[in-house]
Amino acid sequence: MKHFLFAHHDNFSRTLVIALATLTIGIPLLTLLTPAESVFHCSAYTLSLLGKYLTFALVSLSLDLVWGYCGILALGHGAFFALGGYVMGMYLMRQIGSRGVYGNPELPDFMVFLNWQELPWYWLGVNHFGVMLLLVGLVPGLLALVFGGLAFRSRVTGVYLSIITQALTYALLLAFFRNEMGFGGNNGLTDFKEILGFNCQSEAVRLGLFFLSGLALLGSYLLCHAVVQSKLGRVVMAIRDQEARVRFLGYRVELYKLWIFVFAAILAGIAGALYVPQVGIINPSEFSPLNSLEIVIWVAIGGRGTLYGAIIGAMLVNYGKTVLTGLLPEAWLYILGSLFVLVTLLLPQGLVGWLRSYTKERSV
Amino acid sequence: MLQCVSYVLLGLSLLFISQAEASDSAASLQASLALLKQSSMTARKQAITQLGEGHQPRSLVILHALLVGQLFILKSTDTMVLAEAQAEQAFTVYAAESNKDLGKFLAAELSKINLTNALRSQVRQLIAELEINAEQPATRLAAVKKCAESVDDHLLSIIKARLPIETDAQVKQAIQQVLLLQDMTQGAKSERIAAMKVLKNQDSLAVVNQLKTFVEKDSEGQFLETDADIRHVAEAALTTITQRMHWYAGIETVFFGLSLGAVLVLSAIGLAITFGVMGVINMAHGELMMLGAYTTYVLQQLLPNHVGLSLLLAIPAAFLLSAVVGMLIERGIIRFLYGRPLETLLATFGVSLLLQQLVRTLFSPLNKSVATPQWLSGSWQVNDFLSLTWNRFYIFVFCLVVFVALMQLLKRTRLGLEVRAVAQNRTMAKAMGIPTAQVDALTFGLGSGIAGVAGVALSQITNVGPNLGQAYIVDSFMVVVFGGVGNLLGTLVAGFSLGIANKFLEPFAGAVLAKILLLIFIILFIQKHPRGLFPQKGRAADS
Amino acid sequence: MNRQLTQASSASPLATHEPMLDTRHGPILYLEDVSVSFDGFKALNQLSLYITTGELRCLIGPNGAGKTTLMDVITGKTRPDSGAVFFGQRIDLLKLDEPAIAQAGICRKFQKPSVFEALTVFENLELALHTNKNPWHSLFFRLTPQQRERIDEVLTTIGLRKHSQHFAGILSHGQKQWLEIGMLLMQEPKVMLVDEPIAGMTQQEIERTAELLLSLQGQQTIVVVEHDMAFIRTIADKVTVLHEGAVLTEGTMDEIHKDPRVIQVYLGAAC
Repeated sequence: MKHFLFAHHDNFSRTLVIALATLTIGIPLLTLLTPAESVFHCSAYTLSLLGKYLTFALVSLSLDLVWGYCGILALGHGAFFALGGYVMGMYLMRQIGSRGVYGNPELPDFMVFLNWQELPWYWLGVNHFGVMLLLVGLVPGLLALVFGGLAFRSRVTGVYLSIITQALTYALLLAFFRNEMGFGGNNGLTDFKEILGFNCQSEAVRLGLFFLSGLALLGSYLLCHAVVQSKLGRVVMAIRDQEARVRFLGYRVELYKLWIFVFAAILAGIAGALYVPQVGIINPSEFSPLNSLEIVIWVAIGGRGTLYGAIIGAMLVNYGKTVLTGLLPEAWLYILGSLFVLVTLLLPQGLVGWLRSYTKERSV
Repeated sequence: MLQCVSYVLLGLSLLFISQAEASDSAASLQASLALLKQSSMTARKQAITQLGEGHQPRSLVILHALLVGQLFILKSTDTMVLAEAQAEQAFTVYAAESNKDLGKFLAAELSKINLTNALRSQVRQLIAELEINAEQPATRLAAVKKCAESVDDHLLSIIKARLPIETDAQVKQAIQQVLLLQDMTQGAKSERIAAMKVLKNQDSLAVVNQLKTFVEKDSEGQFLETDADIRHVAEAALTTITQRMHWYAGIETVFFGLSLGAVLVLSAIGLAITFGVMGVINMAHGELMMLGAYTTYVLQQLLPNHVGLSLLLAIPAAFLLSAVVGMLIERGIIRFLYGRPLETLLATFGVSLLLQQLVRTLFSPLNKSVATPQWLSGSWQVNDFLSLTWNRFYIFVFCLVVFVALMQLLKRTRLGLEVRAVAQNRTMAKAMGIPTAQVDALTFGLGSGIAGVAGVALSQITNVGPNLGQAYIVDSFMVVVFGGVGNLLGTLVAGFSLGIANKFLEPFAGAVLAKILLLIFIILFIQKHPRGLFPQKGRAADS
Repeated sequence: MNRQLTQASSASPLATHEPMLDTRHGPILYLEDVSVSFDGFKALNQLSLYITTGELRCLIGPNGAGKTTLMDVITGKTRPDSGAVFFGQRIDLLKLDEPAIAQAGICRKFQKPSVFEALTVFENLELALHTNKNPWHSLFFRLTPQQRERIDEVLTTIGLRKHSQHFAGILSHGQKQWLEIGMLLMQEPKVMLVDEPIAGMTQQEIERTAELLLSLQGQQTIVVVEHDMAFIRTIADKVTVLHEGAVLTEGTMDEIHKDPRVIQVYLGAAC
């Protein structure tokens, strides 16, 4: 196992692992050890913000596996993130209990508002933490399994696949907007109170969530790295470059694609589940095609097919977004739009690719 | 010579007589208006009767004004005027006789002509009578139709009197229908049954409503209509009419489906060229449509008094604007990315974000309203159960025109030949001396220009805003992929069938669910037939 | 342990007696009345062809004769409109897809070298290695010493030993052709379909290719498609001439050479 996870890391990768580990342990430690007014003490707001970046980095990492290594430009990856988020949201809604506006111990407020008498069947059981954890991976994984199974078996590839993944998330967006779906419609799920009996707003929970997000990202990174270093990873890269040829070598291409797609969907689901308690809300807009495309641009900017590029890209773009939407709210979409154009034209290998060729030139 | 003189004389005398008649009726109008001015109600009653006898188009206007309280005496000149209330107690005043605009006056300068209830019903009857005997068949038809809703003996006698002298077939039929309805409710049993048997073949809401009262029960569960035979015939008649109504509903759904399909085809057809023929994924296609819609808006702002003209001008203007923007996108971005479809997708998506934000900055993020010209608004009332809106009808026609024009362009022109050649074998086309780069730019411009034209059409049926394009992009890709990439006819068939399917699903599933169901259907369809409805065959398609 | 067993037993492919593959009647590939058409163009027209176990068969024919389509049909890339294709007596190839056919033991070298350029030469060979090819197995796969030895052996055979850790993308055209041949060897197939193996090779490389193919003769069934007549002459045992999607004639190189129909076809096509 140790060999499986920690073998074959290059310098970039090793640096990233160390940095992530330091961040994950260091920030909570510093915050715990320093008084509130110290510069090393992170406020609850900053912790949530950083935690949010970590979950974005995780979903970005999972997309890199699908796009960078398997060549599937999935434009609906945000759907898996949102589904994981909804599972967590449902759990948190059930934790509210009778503290809601209508005080109904069983039904969340929006159901009371819709005059529903009992919980729909798919809400049963999510109030248990363990069941929720299981569903966070299971629901996105299952959707990926069914959708990917159909798509890959009938050999839908390239832009067709991209468009139907976009249609998938678009259909889910429309569906989740409907009140009758039982997920709170337009408003989504919010006003969370407690997680595992702890107050969602408390600093301890924020710290815990940050730590878990960091841990999840680090673990997932090591796992993804091991996957791409395995023979499975090499088959997947071969599929990306010459799909038909791999088939003639006797590999069931659709099974490999499906494996990667489902694995990535589960990671995205976990990211979504960690994201929701940190931002305090999940609503259908998470399914919007634009969200999925933003994930794509994180990967593209960082450099696809490198794993760490995806993480760096997600962190940088989101940090930029936070800063810029604060300073110049109008400008953000201009910048995002230009990023799409410029990166594809000028930086096809992303920042990491550029950095790599730069360091290589220097050493030569 | 003598004959000549006599003809001239005859002509002159005729002229004189007609003038005399005109002045005579003008005098009578004046006299009745003078009578109306008096405050005694008997005088007014007489005046109203006189107005009715005059049979003048003008008297109808005056009577209408009287009924709705818009007839006044202008105190300064002591003349009768029509006045329309404007804001702040001000009135726009027209001369009652000549309809001459006299300018604006305050309420205090006017004195209203009031009516008693008895007089009011007299006016109403008179209006009906005048309208039923009016010169224009359309006025007569509307008046008779109004009768069908509430008929009394007096009106009945008027339309009965009109029937033998009525020349217009439609009006005649309407009068007969009113009379039959009367028979159906008031006549003897045999008359009622006979009337029902005739009326069940007519598409009239009044008939349906009347028939329904025959088969309804009161609160105690007793039939309102005591005669069982009548009830049975009425039920049978209702069934016949309801069947026809379903049929009409079906036609209406198909019509709505076709018009929605036309919108889908219009939005997808440009894409069918850029994606289907060139293999370029242009995510900014929706925004090129948006540009077309905003072109319409801007032209209307420039020509506020010529709504129709600005719309017609918008078609070439939008085509040019979107085509130029499209060619800029192709020359500036896409040409560097040929053969890398996924990168093209991302870059053009960036362009779509930029264009959206540009429109937000230039025009505000809010939706703009685009006016619809007279000839596009309203609807074609086929009968009481079926009316087809003109704007949707025109969009359908427009879509077909654009499609045919495009097909001809591709089939019959040199450019079309070159486009098809480059699409089939780029290297070979280049070797033959076709300037592929130029053809690429023109093809892309063509597809983009059509998107702009589609935007003009969309501006007539939906809100014009920065998000207009996004709403259609997934749909239009679905249409192209469903129809089979590289096949324009497939796009047409796919667009119309999806439009109709959508409209048939909507009553059962609701608009949103219908859309989801269709999306799922297409996703499954693509899994089964990855090359769409009309796949391209052969070795080239395998690669 | 299990893996070693399969490894040992698959060392000599002809020695294995898989329950399905039944070649007791001689032919290992049966094609009967196979027709394929693209938009009305008949790429294969009721073609019938039998390949005997262990033979080295050359396929020639002018452009458009259906040589590549024939390989596409055998490997499952193209489904024929009609006809039957059997592997041995029992395996109906029309019921299998590409990976299943490859797993059954029919492997192919493509006309255009299609190696995985983002992987090293070693990794290319490793991917081709005859082993369990399901994703979970691949995830935890590690080379056994025997398998490593086998890869080394093939590296030596194809003369790419010193390029073992280089990316396949940097190889020359001829080297890529060799790498593909190496990948073919790694799969330990029962039938090798070799489409234009010497295109882009130097005279020396061509000679080595001929040697290699001849050395495999008898161990494996080989079908070669080639335009180079001199090359065919060095390796040919039996030659089949295809024309307009059907078999024109079969025989030794000398017989073919004298056949007036063949001359007609080639000269006719050339004029």
